[in-house]
Amino acid sequence: MTDSVLFRRLARSYLAFILVLMYVPMLIVALASTSKSRFFVFPVRRYDMKWYENTFSSLQIHDGFLTSLTVAFCVALISVVLALFGALAYARHDWRGKSFFQQILLVPVFFPQSVLGLALQLWFNSFGVVMSWQATVFAQLVWIAPIVTLIMAIQAFGYDASVEEAAGDLGASRWQIFRDITIPLLGPGIFSGFMFAVLLSWGNFPLAYFTSGADVTIPEWLYGKMIGGYTPMVPAVGFLSVLAGALALGIGFSLQALLARRKNR
Amino acid sequence: MGTLISRHWSTLSSGLLCSAPLFILLGLGFFGPLALVVLYSVQPRGSFSPFGTPTLENYIDIIEQTFYLSFGWSLLLAIISTAILLLICYPLALTIKRHSGTVANILTLLVIAPLFVAENIRLQGWVLFFDKSGFLDGGLNYLFGFGPGSLVNNVPAIVFGMVYVYLPFMLFPILLGLSNVPADVREAALDLGASRWRIFRDIEIPLAMPGILIGSLLCFVISLGAFSEAKFLGKGVIVTIAQDIESAFTFGQNWPRGSALAVLLIILAGTAVFLAMRRIDLNKMLGSR
Repeated sequence: MTDSVLFRRLARSYLAFILVLMYVPMLIVALASTSKSRFFVFPVRRYDMKWYENTFSSLQIHDGFLTSLTVAFCVALISVVLALFGALAYARHDWRGKSFFQQILLVPVFFPQSVLGLALQLWFNSFGVVMSWQATVFAQLVWIAPIVTLIMAIQAFGYDASVEEAAGDLGASRWQIFRDITIPLLGPGIFSGFMFAVLLSWGNFPLAYFTSGADVTIPEWLYGKMIGGYTPMVPAVGFLSVLAGALALGIGFSLQALLARRKNR
Repeated sequence: MGTLISRHWSTLSSGLLCSAPLFILLGLGFFGPLALVVLYSVQPRGSFSPFGTPTLENYIDIIEQTFYLSFGWSLLLAIISTAILLLICYPLALTIKRHSGTVANILTLLVIAPLFVAENIRLQGWVLFFDKSGFLDGGLNYLFGFGPGSLVNNVPAIVFGMVYVYLPFMLFPILLGLSNVPADVREAALDLGASRWRIFRDIEIPLAMPGILIGSLLCFVISLGAFSEAKFLGKGVIVTIAQDIESAFTFGQNWPRGSALAVLLIILAGTAVFLAMRRIDLNKMLGSR
C-alpha cells in the first residue's frame, strides 16, 4: 500500500510512544528503589543502595522469593503436561465433545480472578484443606493450564498430521509416534507454554492472595507493604522481581534460538 | 462397517482421554467452587455452612442497600476502559502488522511482556509517577517552577490504570484477528478503487471481527472484576464490586452476602461472554485449516 511519509512517521512514533509507556512504571520503580529518603520525591536528592541491602538480608523476602519460584515451577510443569494432551484433544483429534471442550476451556480465562480466588478459598475451607503454597499451585493451575493449552493448540493446528498417520501405516506404535513425532513437532509450543506459565504464575496476585494462607509470594508481600506502609523496599523488591522475570525470558529465548540453530545445522 | 465404527470409537476415546485431565481440573477447581458459591449465596446471613435452609434474603439485602453504586461503577469503568482500549489497540495492531514477521513478533513480545510483572508493582510505579512530588509533578516543578500536583485519587486515574494493565489482553487477540486479513485482498480492493475507509469498513473490520470481539470481551470481563486499580490509583474515591465482595468475605465475615454479590457479578460477566461467544469460531481463529 502506498502511504505518505507523514503517515508512516506518525505510525512509527505512535508505536514508540506506547512501547515507552509500557515500561515507564518499571523505570520509576527502579529509580525509587535507589532513593535514600523513605518517601519518593523527584528529583531524587540522595541516592543510596541501603534498601537493596535490607532486601537481601530480609528473611521474609528470601522466603517469598523461594515460595514464588516453587509455585511457578510446579504450576508450569503440571500445566505443560496437562496442556500437551489438552492441545491434542483441542486441535488434532476429531471427537464428539470437541467443541464443548473448546468452549469450556475458555471459561476460567474469561473470569474475574478475585472471584475465582475467593470461590477456591470457600471450596478449600469446606473440605478442610489447609491454605498453603500447594493450594496456590492448584488455584493457579485452574487459570494457567487452559491458557497453556491454547498456546500449544496453536502449534498443534499448524503441523501436518499426515506425518503421524504415515508413521502409523509403517508400523510405529502409538507410543513411538507420540515420542518421536508428536513431541518434537510440538516442541516450540511446549517451550513457549512453559515460559508463559512460569511468568504468569510469577506475577499473579489475586489467586495467591486468597489461597496461600501463611505462605507469602512476592506479589503478596508487595501488596501487604503497599497497604500497610510504603518503604523503598517495595520498589527494590519490585524491581528485583522484574529483573528476575526479564532474565528468565532472556535465557529462555536464547536457549530456544540456540536449539533451533543446532537443529538446522 | 465394523471397522468404520471401531475407528470412530478409537478417535472418540483418544480425544476424550486427552482432554480428561483438564476436565477433571476444571470440575474440581472451577465448577465445583462456583457451585459452592451459588449454594452459599442462598444461606441465611452470616452463615458458615452451605447446608442451611435456602433463602433469598442476601439478594434482597443487596437490592435494598447501596450496592448498585459499586455495580454501576464497575460496569462503567469496564465499558469505558474497553472502549478506550479498542481505540488504542486497533491502530497499534495495524502498525505492528506492517513490519515483517520477526520484527512484528519482537514488537508484540515487547508490548506483552509487562503482563508478566505483578500488577501491584506496575501500579505502584504509576502512583510514584503521578503523585504529588512524584516523577511528573516533581520533574515539572524542577524544570519550570510549577507542576500539576497530585494526579491520583480520582476516577480518570483509575481508568488510566485499567487501560494500562489490560492493554496486552486487547492487543494480542486483535493481532491474531488481523492475521485473518490477507494482504492481497486489501491490495485488490485498492486496485479496484476502494477508499481507505471503505477497505477498513468492508474488509478489515469484518475479517478481524473475531479477534476484536475476543479482545473486548476479555478486557470487559477482567475489568469488571478489577480492584487493585481502584485501591492504589483511586485510594478509595470509589468502591468497585470486587472490593465489596472481598470485604464481605474478610472484614464483614458474611460469606453468604459475598457469595450473592459474586453470583450477580458472574451473571453479568457470563451474559457478556455468552452473547459474544456465539459469534466466534475458535478453530478458525487459532489457525485450523
